[in-house]
Amino acid sequence: MTAVKQRLSGFDFQNMVVYIGFIAIFIFFAVTLYDDGFLTQRNLTNIFLQTAPATIMAIGLVFALSAGEIDLSFGSIVAVSALTAAVVLRDYPLIMGVAAGLGVGILIGALNGVLVAYLKLPSFLVTLATMGLFAGIARSMTDLRSVPVMNEAFTGFFGSGKLFSVPSLLIWTVVAVAIGHIFYRHTRFGAHVLATGDNPRAAQVTGIKVPRVRLYVMMICGGTAGLAGLLYAGRLQAAKYTLGESDLMTVIAAVIVGGTALNGGKGSVIGALLGSLLMGMLNNGLILMNLKVSDQMIVRGLIILLAVAVSLRDSSR
Amino acid sequence: MAGKGIVMNSELNVLSLKNIHKAFGGIVAIQDFSLDLKAGEIVALVGDNGAGKSTLIKIISGVYTPTSGEIKLDGQEASFSDASAARSNGIEVVYQDLALADEQPVFMNMFLGRELTKPPFGLLDKARMRRESQELVDDLDVRIPSASSTISDLSGGQRQGIAIARATHWASKLVLLDEPTAALGVAETGKVEDLIASLKEKNLAILIISHSLDQVFKLSDRICVLRRGEQIGIRETAKADKNEIVSMITGVA
Repeated sequence: MTAVKQRLSGFDFQNMVVYIGFIAIFIFFAVTLYDDGFLTQRNLTNIFLQTAPATIMAIGLVFALSAGEIDLSFGSIVAVSALTAAVVLRDYPLIMGVAAGLGVGILIGALNGVLVAYLKLPSFLVTLATMGLFAGIARSMTDLRSVPVMNEAFTGFFGSGKLFSVPSLLIWTVVAVAIGHIFYRHTRFGAHVLATGDNPRAAQVTGIKVPRVRLYVMMICGGTAGLAGLLYAGRLQAAKYTLGESDLMTVIAAVIVGGTALNGGKGSVIGALLGSLLMGMLNNGLILMNLKVSDQMIVRGLIILLAVAVSLRDSSR
Repeated sequence: MAGKGIVMNSELNVLSLKNIHKAFGGIVAIQDFSLDLKAGEIVALVGDNGAGKSTLIKIISGVYTPTSGEIKLDGQEASFSDASAARSNGIEVVYQDLALADEQPVFMNMFLGRELTKPPFGLLDKARMRRESQELVDDLDVRIPSASSTISDLSGGQRQGIAIARATHWASKLVLLDEPTAALGVAETGKVEDLIASLKEKNLAILIISHSLDQVFKLSDRICVLRRGEQIGIRETAKADKNEIVSMITGVA
């Protein structure tokens, strides 16, 4: 009996919010937008595919937030990585483009990480600065021009391709979530990330290399942003400085709604996936409702506010 | 309780401090401190605020290096470059703030930084950590709902119990306790004191800092008094007199 009670009280309201919100919004759109084709398989698949980059960025952010850090620069990393890959792919084969795109992301993450972990600067300020810095670099890289991606292997692999009739973006999402989840929940590294965000002093006195954990989570953020950049470039068959620009709010909201604590020590990769899908569903529904872009932004802002308020409600006690 | 039935089975000192001296710049924090600790023995370190107790704990646990003096562990000369070196030599500290990760379950805290993994992929062996943690808390009679409970759901006494259980699990020689009951109520203090007393049977040497003389007299075998970094004296608890200890601490006869 007490065990059951313990289970119930341990049942995480914050993790529940994302399920409840997910189902509520789904039912709402399914009913009100039935005639507009919300429930069609094509539309639902579309939601999944469109959220793939955001979901992958969200996974990185779960690690950063859980370690007590934040990354605001991932949107800019997306653009720089996508442009780098696109430029490299003009003259070099697939593998070079992929390595360059991902490598740039991880490198920028490492820059953030070194500043945070070893110079002990607050990640909020570091990544606020690098967000601006790399947004500028993305603009200057190709003089604001968009770079087409003609490499068909690349656009298939990261965009419109299919494996056994499963869209590649879906595979990327599932694989990234699975790997992210296993690392987060079932490895010593994941445990050290959580301990570092929860109580850095406790982590340090028990022998966890706290600065290294901080460096790695920032690198993971950079890497996932780099991968998101490749997915955007693959799907759109082009890279532009605007890629990732509008993802900051969506991704942070997805992660928070998915049960990851802003102040560290607690989180969920699966929750982030659901949070991201929830945001994607919201976008999709508001477009199908034929709302003006300005109204979409207002409604989306309000709903994110509500969702975040509800999911943080009991963590501030 | 103290003083009777102590088995001084080992002639060898677990920890031996000789003429320890520590200065920070020109300020002397510890001067000429010597102490021998045997297995199964509880020694209390008492003194007013700023007497140097915490500095001494930090020297023993490898956080500070003494300016001069000799530290021997099991008769072997030892010098720890940092806290993890001391830890791998069997010295564990229960810090005043407990050093627990509040949002994590008990079993993850028990194995913090030393998580168990299983082949073939080196993933966490949560089942084994949970089981061993449960055995550990049961063995020490620390009553918690389960090894999967989150630390933030536990009471102050339970948390202290977890911190002490963790230290005893990993310590092979020496446990340092820094004000283990400072934040606890009366009933919880009693439980934690019982727990500390039970550690003697595990044949560990225990050095405890406490401000409560009642507690010191209840738990310890010997009392070591510090005043302004100076070692005033060591008394056997069974033969000591509370007033004498007080005047040693304050310097007022």
